[in-house]
Amino acid sequence: MTKLPRWADVVLVPLICLVIAFVFCGILIAAIGQSPLQAIWIMLEGSFGSTNGLGYTLFYATNFIFTGLAVSIAFQASLFNIGGEGQATLGGLGVTLACLMVPWPHWSLALLGSIVAGAAFGAAWGFLPAWLQAKRGSHIVITTMMFNFIAYALMNYVLVNMLRPLGSMDPASARFDKVVNLPKLGDILGLVGIPFSNKNPANISFLIAVALAVGVWALMWHTRLGYALRAFGKQEKAALYAGIDPVRITIYALLLSGGISGLMAVNAVQGGAHRLVLNSVEGAGFIGIAVALMGRNHPFGIVVASILFGFLYEGGSQLAMGTTIPREVITVLQALVILFTGALPYMVQKPLEKLFAKRGGK
Amino acid sequence: MSLMKHLLGASAALALSAVAALAEPAIIYDLGGKNDKSFNEAAFNGAEKWAKETGGTYKELEMQNEAQREQALRQLAEAGANPIVMTGFAFGDVLNTVAPDYPDTKFAIIDMVVDQPNVKSVVFTEEQGSYLAGVMAGMASKTNTVGFIGGMDIPLIRRFGCGYAQGVKSVKPDAKVILNMTGTDPSAWNNPVKGAEIAKSQQSQGADVIYAAAGGTGVGVLQAAADMNILSIGVDSNQNYMHPGQVLTSMVKRVDNAVYEAFKEGADLKPGVNVMDLKAGGVDVAMDDNNAKLVTADMSAAVTAAADKIKSGDLKVHDYMSDNTCPAGTF
Repeated sequence: MTKLPRWADVVLVPLICLVIAFVFCGILIAAIGQSPLQAIWIMLEGSFGSTNGLGYTLFYATNFIFTGLAVSIAFQASLFNIGGEGQATLGGLGVTLACLMVPWPHWSLALLGSIVAGAAFGAAWGFLPAWLQAKRGSHIVITTMMFNFIAYALMNYVLVNMLRPLGSMDPASARFDKVVNLPKLGDILGLVGIPFSNKNPANISFLIAVALAVGVWALMWHTRLGYALRAFGKQEKAALYAGIDPVRITIYALLLSGGISGLMAVNAVQGGAHRLVLNSVEGAGFIGIAVALMGRNHPFGIVVASILFGFLYEGGSQLAMGTTIPREVITVLQALVILFTGALPYMVQKPLEKLFAKRGGK
Repeated sequence: MSLMKHLLGASAALALSAVAALAEPAIIYDLGGKNDKSFNEAAFNGAEKWAKETGGTYKELEMQNEAQREQALRQLAEAGANPIVMTGFAFGDVLNTVAPDYPDTKFAIIDMVVDQPNVKSVVFTEEQGSYLAGVMAGMASKTNTVGFIGGMDIPLIRRFGCGYAQGVKSVKPDAKVILNMTGTDPSAWNNPVKGAEIAKSQQSQGADVIYAAAGGTGVGVLQAAADMNILSIGVDSNQNYMHPGQVLTSMVKRVDNAVYEAFKEGADLKPGVNVMDLKAGGVDVAMDDNNAKLVTADMSAAVTAAADKIKSGDLKVHDYMSDNTCPAGTF
């Protein structure tokens, strides 16, 4: 069996998946009596046409970069962490406690504090499933999944009974002090003379996420730990023979993965909402799986895939506001793209391999 | 010259119609969605009523996620929608930060007080309507025990339950009122299975009339009550039709009127707190063909008497949210 050239694997396969997904979306939109071209235009115009729309796209993308990187690290160690949702939820709790309990003098200190707290809470939520997997052999897919539900329940209890301000009916924490608000992307770009709207929640976390992507790349391909993680993922027995401790590496992988998931809350909670709401993650933990798959577990691919999914989210909002397409159909459209790009690349890969083999054989 | 006039006239008319089109009202439904058979659907009906009467058009939007709240408000305000109406207390916090940025746009929020100079807050005196429902429940009960099932456990819903308990005790001072809540998070608004379970448990404790103030969860309560051959009381919209002859009444909350009024006032929307009480027709108990057989002459006389006393101010129904206590029952 011939393998695909790398450029085809990285660029062509996702692109073809995307085109197929859009064709199906177009059929669906036409079937409910709307114009597919107009719908696509509204999505593109809304999410890239103005700096405000772009800000929302990047805001959502930032969430997905964090959760996508988190999934990819565990995935390369052959551990399928589908608990990103719960780890990010707990990260939100950490960030909120850091923002509410400490009288920060400046946002930069608050940012450091919330990064530490968010990562610590997220990592802690990843630790138990990792320990159970490493020591007891409880399958990580099951345990991380279950821990999502525990996280929901815990968050519910904490918000309703502890963090909810007196007299408020919303199951949400109090608003954070204005001091801890993160600088908006618009303000940062304004400093270097690039006009960018700051009426959207895009904030400094986007830059942190991109820097983290570079960091993860360096970690995975240029450090001993990264090598150990990848070796463990490729062939566990060989790794063991090479002196890599499976217990330790499993726990490290999940601590890293959970911690990065938890960092998502810096963007969503501290940067965006300025308070903790019950469902602060809103599925980003699961989207991270699709993002990691589509990005081929490579940080660069993950950043690109995250922007695509950010576009899908923001484009979906624009569709809801600009057309009469019901929100249920918009959810189906988003699901179709996730299905084709995240879950079905192998459907495209095999025929493409054959095609390349034919051409190569000539 | 006359051609010029025509052209100018036409462009002026165009400009005018453009302004008129810009001043379209807008409504945002909360996460429950506009077809929830209860609260949001009532708002939708109000908007439709306005559209039919005036021939006007309006923008509408259903929320998909939390981050959208602020974006939707800003986008609608920037597109020139006026007024912007939103259903549900969950918008309160966001509206409080967005409203000052758009001083020329009028906002209306239902079920929550937001203290901003361009916001109209519409609140209902649910305790009064629930009191009347309680009077009917007390008189209809043969076992001297009635139930209440709330949705999410928030002060607003306790206000329903507390008014109801007072109404029951006003006709049967020794009656037992079982007050339960479905849950503590928003999923409690849409959990008909759990609603039915709680209804069964209340029935086993002797309740033979159950009042559901729980959004979509109430559908399960009404169904379970009908299956067990006991009476139920609906909420928000008139739900008497759902099980004719088995729903004693519905405590209707005229969210539709609130939306209709806001749309009608248009850009001249009067800011401030608007209390829709029994006197203003904001709340009431529904009487129609579906429950006519259940309502005895004594019962309707008692309801009318109590309603008159509340309207005149002779009877004050205790509002749970005024001091977070309920003298008539415990949750």
